[in-house]
Amino acid sequence: MSKLSGLGGRLYRGETSVNFIGRRRTWYIVSAVFVLISIGSLAVQGLQLGIEFKGGSSFTVTTTNPSVTDAREAVEEAGVTGEAIVQLVGDNKVRVQTGSLETAQNDAVQDALAAKFSVSVGSIDTQIIGPSWGKEITRKALYGLFGFLLVVMIYLAMALEPKMAIAAIIAVIHDVFITVGIYALVGFDVTPATIIGFLTILGYSLYDTVVVFDKVRENTKSITSSSTKTYSQAVNLAVNQTIVRSTNTSIVALLPVASILFVGAGLLGAGTLKDLSLALFIGLIVGTYSSIFIAPPVLAQLREKEPAMQALAKRVNARGGSTAELSTTPAAAVNGRGPRNQPKRKGRK
Amino acid sequence: MSTTNKPVKTASRPTRTLAILALVLVAMASLVFIQGSTSVRLGLDLRGGTSVTLQPRIAPGDEGKVTSEAIDQAVSIIRQRVNSLGVAESEVAAQGSGTNRQIVISVPGDTGRRVVELVGQTAELRFRQVLASASGIPAAADAGATPAAGVSAEVNAKFAALDCTKSENLQGTGADAPTDTLVACDRAGGTKYILAPAEVLGRQISKASAGLDTQAGSAWFVSLTFNNEGTSAFGALTSRVTSLPEPTNQVAIVLDGLVVSAPRITEAIPSGNAQITGSFTQLEAQDLANVLKYGALPLAFDRGEVQQVSPTLGADQLDAGLLAGALGMFLVVIFTLLYYRALGFVTVGSLAIAGLMLYLLFLLLGEWIGFTLTLAGIAGAIVAIGVTADSFIVYFERVRDEMREGRTLRTAAETGWVRARRTILVADFVSLIAAVLLYVFSVGGVRGFAFTLGLTTIIDLIIIFWFTKPALVLVSRSKFFNSGHSLSGFSPKSLGMSVAKEA
Repeated sequence: MSKLSGLGGRLYRGETSVNFIGRRRTWYIVSAVFVLISIGSLAVQGLQLGIEFKGGSSFTVTTTNPSVTDAREAVEEAGVTGEAIVQLVGDNKVRVQTGSLETAQNDAVQDALAAKFSVSVGSIDTQIIGPSWGKEITRKALYGLFGFLLVVMIYLAMALEPKMAIAAIIAVIHDVFITVGIYALVGFDVTPATIIGFLTILGYSLYDTVVVFDKVRENTKSITSSSTKTYSQAVNLAVNQTIVRSTNTSIVALLPVASILFVGAGLLGAGTLKDLSLALFIGLIVGTYSSIFIAPPVLAQLREKEPAMQALAKRVNARGGSTAELSTTPAAAVNGRGPRNQPKRKGRK
Repeated sequence: MSTTNKPVKTASRPTRTLAILALVLVAMASLVFIQGSTSVRLGLDLRGGTSVTLQPRIAPGDEGKVTSEAIDQAVSIIRQRVNSLGVAESEVAAQGSGTNRQIVISVPGDTGRRVVELVGQTAELRFRQVLASASGIPAAADAGATPAAGVSAEVNAKFAALDCTKSENLQGTGADAPTDTLVACDRAGGTKYILAPAEVLGRQISKASAGLDTQAGSAWFVSLTFNNEGTSAFGALTSRVTSLPEPTNQVAIVLDGLVVSAPRITEAIPSGNAQITGSFTQLEAQDLANVLKYGALPLAFDRGEVQQVSPTLGADQLDAGLLAGALGMFLVVIFTLLYYRALGFVTVGSLAIAGLMLYLLFLLLGEWIGFTLTLAGIAGAIVAIGVTADSFIVYFERVRDEMREGRTLRTAAETGWVRARRTILVADFVSLIAAVLLYVFSVGGVRGFAFTLGLTTIIDLIIIFWFTKPALVLVSRSKFFNSGHSLSGFSPKSLGMSVAKEA
């Protein structure tokens, strides 16, 4: 551990420096590939929507001898035609999911299951979702999503800088895409709890980005008055300085989420806890990645376009002499130790 | 920044800040004690029960818009129905905003289907002539008093037996067929009636409002206007009954099988404009007007979601939630102790106090605003452990950065704070925005999650300002931490400094 913390010191002073900004092409390509895979799997497979979105009924019987065959028989006896999904949950539960049923049919299934497994009707956990309900919650979730992006963008533009807000939102959209893509690819069930998870990730992913950007702002406060660093170099230093912080906050955020996932999936089987924490778990990891590899380079690119920053880059280059392509290879100039930190030419591998 | 007066000034009073926080906690605990709240109110998914979420819409065959008042009215109608079940702690509430609200009904325990059947029916408003009335108790003496002419013996017997003091007779069911002769109580349970088949329907009302007649002192009245059909139907009804003897000259306004009002008809009203007068208070007049307005455009309810959770599953979910919380807390504590060494104890202390504060708030809010803890709420609180710990990490890392620049721990605790504070405020504010929007744009479980997430974010701010920061300042004065001991979390080695700047 102390070795790790020692690394924090070297990163802080710029002795050890990872060139996050200079290698942005690599990160962009990695992310682009992931986003493409996400879009692809969304288009091909789509999301595995839970009954909350499609409408339908779900009955869970807790019994000492759960049996898929018995449950299926009971559903047939109740006169329910059409597809019913029957599965074992944990070692003492069996769950039946059907399409939308009339109230009387729901009652019939409950009665049949109760009789088959000799339990009371009241002990059967039932969830009935109306057919139009899914549209309602989807609509609300989308409102929530856009409302959030808008409000946060305005807030960050005021609290930090407008271009930071743009970069942060790009990173968040990136996170949502990849997380949704993973869901489509793996075929995890999407339930309202998953949606809560998605929406929470947004806040979380931004937390990390805010930490990085706040440091960037501090490092670049009076950057144009000197000629020691380009904007990109200052951003890179900020990312390196905050990386320990970002990693630690992410680990600390992941630990409780992982324990919900572990307990939720392990003890309860499918359910609110599992759905929520799975979305959080995936989203947190993607969010940490984007707050280091996506948001800062995007910000640097946006700001480097400004005339003042280009003039600054010119001044720094003049001073540095040989480091001609500095805007794309900022960290190298800060300390210039080792071949790893040698400037690379733009567009060359 | 590091040598300005302000941070130094605050630095001199960490004990006072800690004392204030302690006082706040003691005050909260005393409040809890005084109010006698002993346990957190649990949601139905943690203790078993039935919850039904209804989406109101305009009844089939009608045109118009769902209004906010109509939803309020629907909530009170459904509340009446649910209360008739006599289950303690049942709740009916509208969630969401504006006309897009849902009505959420929660009934604890195993009532199963009865709730579901009871709440889904459309409640209609109808005008019926009163055939007989009596006080609400089933008195044998009253039985033969005024058997109304043209009413079957069966109905008369039912009328005699009807006990309006019993809650099940004060429920609306939506089962009052308009063509039936009806036996019904009034809403308060004080009077019972035999009512003729409906002659005028609620949807034949076009307008209703409460008004104040300034000429006759301050008498509140309700005026209503019928549409074309309603005008002729109401005209026919009033001209027929106005000359009849008591109580058959009364017309009952019946909503959902219960008599809301039974005004005496003093004259035939062919114009379609009527006034109901009486010794109304402002509130009563407005209530009646609202009932009439609702009757004009009754709502139907789509069953959005029905959830029945058995007490066994509820208990399982509660256990799982608590276990996950304990496990998450444990892991975070282990991690911070490993990484930050003795400094980790400040985090552990902060988390413990945040936990205590959250628990007290759960108790208080349960009392004040009926807050109930759901599974999603527990998840929100667990996730918040991470958010809370994040703030400490941001602060600690900042302090370590300051020390890397050569500051002493004592100074760094102050200068690092000034800079970390901003970051924490911005980041927490973003979390808060997320929580508020989640809360506004969601129903049911999601709201519970958003609520605890928002609550814990605020607690996080309180703790970091009032506990973590002063605690670190206090600690920074101690010899152990200042000496750069290898277990302090501030040793030159762990900071990655080759030379100790300050011994």
